Amino acid sequence: MIWVDTVLQGVLLGGLYALFALGLSLVFGIMRLVNLAHGDLIVFAAYLILMLVTLLGLGPFVAALIALPIMFGLGWALQRVVLNRVLGTDILPPLLVTFGLSVVLQNALLEGFSADSRRIPAGWLETASLPVGPISLGVMPLLTFLSAIGVTLALQFIFYRTSLGRAFRATSDDPVTASLMGVKPASVFAQATGIAMVVVTIAALYLGTRANFDPTTGPARLIYAFEAVIIGGLGSLWGTLAGGVIIGVAQTVGAQINPEWQILAGHVAFLAVLLVRPRGLFPRAFD
Amino acid sequence: MAAHYTVTTRTTASQIAAAAALVLLAVAVAVPFIASRSLIQDLFFILTMLTLAQFWNLLAGYGGLVSVGQQAFVGFGAYMLFGGAILWGVNPVAGLLLAGVAALVLAIPTAFFAFRLQGAYFAIGTWVVAEVVRLSVAQWKAVGGGTGTSLPRDARDAMWGAGWIEGAFDVRASEARDILTYWLALALAVATIGGIYWFLRTKRGLALAALRDNVGAARSVGVDSERMKWVVFLVAAFGTGIAGGLIFLQNGRISPDSAFSVIDWTAFVIFIVVIGGIGTIEGPILGVLVFFALQTLLADYGAWYLMVLGALGIAVMLFAPGGLWGLLSGRTGVQLFPIQRRLNRHD
Repeated sequence: MIWVDTVLQGVLLGGLYALFALGLSLVFGIMRLVNLAHGDLIVFAAYLILMLVTLLGLGPFVAALIALPIMFGLGWALQRVVLNRVLGTDILPPLLVTFGLSVVLQNALLEGFSADSRRIPAGWLETASLPVGPISLGVMPLLTFLSAIGVTLALQFIFYRTSLGRAFRATSDDPVTASLMGVKPASVFAQATGIAMVVVTIAALYLGTRANFDPTTGPARLIYAFEAVIIGGLGSLWGTLAGGVIIGVAQTVGAQINPEWQILAGHVAFLAVLLVRPRGLFPRAFD
Repeated sequence: MAAHYTVTTRTTASQIAAAAALVLLAVAVAVPFIASRSLIQDLFFILTMLTLAQFWNLLAGYGGLVSVGQQAFVGFGAYMLFGGAILWGVNPVAGLLLAGVAALVLAIPTAFFAFRLQGAYFAIGTWVVAEVVRLSVAQWKAVGGGTGTSLPRDARDAMWGAGWIEGAFDVRASEARDILTYWLALALAVATIGGIYWFLRTKRGLALAALRDNVGAARSVGVDSERMKWVVFLVAAFGTGIAGGLIFLQNGRISPDSAFSVIDWTAFVIFIVVIGGIGTIEGPILGVLVFFALQTLLADYGAWYLMVLGALGIAVMLFAPGGLWGLLSGRTGVQLFPIQRRLNRHD
């Protein structure tokens, strides 16, 4: 029974990792950009929500709702002002610029909020749980997982059912031809990063309410997100969700065997998948 | 009358630079005779960071391999030096070679995994490997597990050459060790710069530069890009491992968090190379001087220092991708380490 519980907790934890990963997956899929500041942007959004909660006395979900458009705007501006300038065939400039951004963000947060670890208060929800047979599942982990499914469905809908999604796919396939058809890649990329930041904000809400975070939490979140994307296969949103679940289960099972092995077990699972299926479990893109 | 041709890489500037470098090297060797201990420690820091920067530049600037996981080789090399000294009584100076070889061995599985990841994902792949090595080393109880350990006193005292320096300079044992590690760092930095310069001027170096400039064109004339990637990655790991061993030999204390620090051994190194000028040998040299100056000026401002460094790195990448050396060289045409071949006609 303990193992069923462990695996279930792992699946739910995987929902959080999938939320970390979906934004990364979206941006990479559309513009082949790997944002090394992705994890730090999640932590930044968590501090933004925390500030709205403590300064305005709002509930965490209302605060996140206010943070969503702010983060969308920031993502849009980041892409427009900085990242669009460095996109191209050379992978070096975008990597180094986002790496620089990661260091700047971490230290700006350190300066602004100190190194103390913080948590977004969520009241009774923090400890609430639902009994499912002999196992009890936390309400927050369940909400996280359901949100991950919801975000995947929403992104899937945007991608395949809207004109914006058509522009995304066209620009991803061939930006030059897409621009001949009246699509402006610079603007499409800005909107994509904006949407990725919306997903980042949702991830930040659950990161901040479920566990402590501090300014240096970001890079590890980037690594989990990246592992989930690679395990799932580039370009597949459902694959990313599955990748998150695999990392989550590997971590809880590892922790069950020896608490010191939690993080290591997740990384080992990633390396094992990379060994057997270098293109991930459900690859769609070819690059 | 038949013309004949010769190929040269030398320029007037490079000949002056070579002469100046020899003078500078002689001064650098003699520094311990006149300088204070803190100056020697500063120079040690500059030289080891320069070595790390040159190897990262070889990887990213020439090999196109943007690694964010070089701390794996710094940390693993350093840990093998400590492990060798603690478990098998290896002399720490000989342990430097062990550090390099250990990093080289680690680089083989690392490359095997990371080369499966295309382009930008390679960067995070190397980072994951570094995390795996850090977490695994933290389980190694003989070298202190997660809290780390110090280099044992008898290993420290046994360091080759330290006793001689102690007598010759009439200094305390700790100062003698600083002088010894400084000379080792100087030798390593000179060997690194000399070795990379020599390598870039060979046939393989030409192949590497061709790959950097245009992968497709280089392959079409028979350059084996896969093989060059392996060579560069393994060489960089070997050198980075030795540098890591040396840094922690001088430090005398090691812990997983300090040995595998992504900020110290990768972020700083990347900023040095980017600010100085990526893809040139001169760039990291200029970059490490700027880096040291910034650190001295802003040391008291903590987080602000890293913010300035990060912002400067972003600004350079956006507005002057060639770095400071690129600006300088672009204006004046000066090359201190020329690798371009020029054809001269003699009638």
